[in-house]
Amino acid sequence: MKESEKEVTTKNTVESEDKRNLFYGLGFGIVFGFLLHKGGATKYDVILGQLLLIDYTVLKIMLSAAASGMIGVYTMKSMGWVKLSIKSGSVGMNVLGASIFGVGFAVLGYCPGTIAGAVGNGYLDAITGGVAGIVLGTWIFAIMYPALKDGILKKGFFGDITFPSLLKVNDWVAVVPAIILIILVLFWIEKAGF
Amino acid sequence: METITSVFTDVIWSPYAVGIGIGILSWLSFLISGKPIATSTTFARAGGMIEEMMMGKKAKQRPYYEKIKLMINWQWMLVIGVVIGSFISAILSGDFKVGVWVPSLWASAFGDSAFLRVIVAVLGGIILGFGARFAGGCTSGHGISGTLQLAVSSWISAIFFFVGGIIAAHVIYFVIA
Repeated sequence: MKESEKEVTTKNTVESEDKRNLFYGLGFGIVFGFLLHKGGATKYDVILGQLLLIDYTVLKIMLSAAASGMIGVYTMKSMGWVKLSIKSGSVGMNVLGASIFGVGFAVLGYCPGTIAGAVGNGYLDAITGGVAGIVLGTWIFAIMYPALKDGILKKGFFGDITFPSLLKVNDWVAVVPAIILIILVLFWIEKAGF
Repeated sequence: METITSVFTDVIWSPYAVGIGIGILSWLSFLISGKPIATSTTFARAGGMIEEMMMGKKAKQRPYYEKIKLMINWQWMLVIGVVIGSFISAILSGDFKVGVWVPSLWASAFGDSAFLRVIVAVLGGIILGFGARFAGGCTSGHGISGTLQLAVSSWISAIFFFVGGIIAAHVIYFVIA
């Protein structure tokens, strides 16, 4: 096979793999959306109930997803089947940015994932104002990005670290206590009557 | 009586069943697609694509859009899938809402004006979308996928999503209302 032909073949393989991956993405989304609706997380009342600390559904879903996800992903990582995909971070991004997100979370009553679910659930405030607002907010960020990227976004930069790498321990030395901690928190929430 | 089919028509499942379901879904997402479940970059891509449609190629040259790349990708399809999946579950359980503009909790404090609710939703959406890209992720990307990988950036973000959210929700319902 000539060099140029080889290139074409590789390119086609990559493209068809990408196309297949789009279908997988759609499939994962359908299951994710189905579960979000079954959990009640596509509803403003449930999300605000969590932020007002009267309904702990959202936290229960997130913590049980984190604990169960952690077991499988770290097991597959130790088998060499998967690689982690860690977001790089900084104090500016993850304290200031996340707090801004939190305010928007309370004002809107949906987040980017659950609003897609709220759209499927038929909520008209989500379909109209909510989606438009989120897109607009990201666009404002894109305009401001050149001014932010070397300033506040870099403030207190710490990169793409995990707790095992930060503490310089074997993965499981961090995973096992994290799971136990999550289970204890969930027990405590249940015991408190939520 | 609970049967196999009634599970699908139930409006609400235990949050633990849902959470563990999402946890297992994330195993498959890592294994099959090599990616964590996340959603907020898609809204930024959508914004860039709209700008590109209205203003032309210049949009693509914005440094942020060069970084995230304006294309329909895996995560775009995932977000479309969430809409479809939630729709299927809502229809199966008779929970699909028709003509609902104002959530009941909102109405109990601020009345049933659709206009007011939509204006506030736009405002909240702007803050949320801006914050999501500022933080580099949202409640899915940081809150679930990042925390399950024990990412430091994601645990800090998840905590501050709730710190900001809990304070703002209390201000909205106990100070403003």
